[in-house]
Amino acid sequence: MGVKVLLRNPRRELEIPGPITVVNLLAKLDLNREAVIVIQGDTLVAGDASLSDDDSIEIRPVISGGAE
Amino acid sequence: MKCVTCKGPAVIDIRRHNANFCVDHFFELCRRQVMKAIDDHSMIAKGEKVLVAVSGGKDSLAVWDLLLDLGYEADGLYIGLGIGEYSDTSGDHARAFATERGLTLLEVDVPGRFGYDIPSGSRAARRAPCSACGLSKRHLFDEAAIQGGYDVLVTGHNLDDEAAVLFGNTLHWQTDFLGRQHPVLPARDGFPRKVKPLVRLTERETAAYCVLRGIDYLVDECPMAAGNKHISYKLALNDIEKMSPGAKHSFYFGFLDRAAALFEPEAEADREELHPCASCGAPTTAETCAFCRLVDRAGGEVPHDDQPSAVPVVLGTTRAGAKQ
Repeated sequence: MGVKVLLRNPRRELEIPGPITVVNLLAKLDLNREAVIVIQGDTLVAGDASLSDDDSIEIRPVISGGAE
Repeated sequence: MKCVTCKGPAVIDIRRHNANFCVDHFFELCRRQVMKAIDDHSMIAKGEKVLVAVSGGKDSLAVWDLLLDLGYEADGLYIGLGIGEYSDTSGDHARAFATERGLTLLEVDVPGRFGYDIPSGSRAARRAPCSACGLSKRHLFDEAAIQGGYDVLVTGHNLDDEAAVLFGNTLHWQTDFLGRQHPVLPARDGFPRKVKPLVRLTERETAAYCVLRGIDYLVDECPMAAGNKHISYKLALNDIEKMSPGAKHSFYFGFLDRAAALFEPEAEADREELHPCASCGAPTTAETCAFCRLVDRAGGEVPHDDQPSAVPVVLGTTRAGAKQ
């Protein structure tokens, strides 16, 4: 049991033990908060929100673009 | 975490503003930043005919949505570049956005019209894929805007894009490029005015805007762009931003305020006289423009049938039967 985390590019799923704040979850996964958004359902989850074992979230990268 | 404006529950924290926002006040922030960019740089006048270059990604769909929300009349332009499933999916996102809102979307099918695609064409032409893609898109954006009688062409370049380009140009002291890096390129000699209304928003903010607005954008990254320098510059700048919130904004807008003008004379001096391309008629400094040379080297052909390359998509139909 844990917080279900969907990661993209490449797509994969993890379970991280809760409760854990979004900020701490991103730090645990070594992700820069400036480079991702955290989605739950059809809305976003703020950095200080606490996630519990029955929560499912998506961590979506936001960096895009080719060099012209 | 509470919204800085209404004290309701916040959904996003923006460290460079040292503030948190609820959904409604985040939308208000995005609209305000776009209006400020447009006003500060005289990007678009009310009543002008606007063409938005859309890729199906977050930035182009966000800017199209924001412009419509702010009362501008804007059509979209999608360029199908033939990058396999990626292009198929990106086109679907652009068409779905236009269909759901009853908008006009123009489309250029590069393989169908010019006989090459980016993966094989860039190999044949011995150009980096992102370089061939950028050259193709710039030419086709300009052509569609001019042929369609649009006053201004809008692209979805955001603060991260501009800061990363500035970072690369500064690392290599490309002073001629530095003299041309501005959120507005005025119309000249057969080129349309080109503007970047998202320069005051980061790509984290445009992604958040899309999710909260219910805009279904293409999340996957272009397979041709993996590992390119532009993305590595963005990663480096985000590391700096993490330690020093607001660094990207200060870097880019500090450049515009205090340094850009210093490089403009060199960029102006480098500007050679333009004349029509012998093949397609687009403005160029050479006998044949870079796009026509690319098409030739990529094994394609520039048609001379007096038909516009960008044609309206009949929305609500399947992709295969979309173009008439």
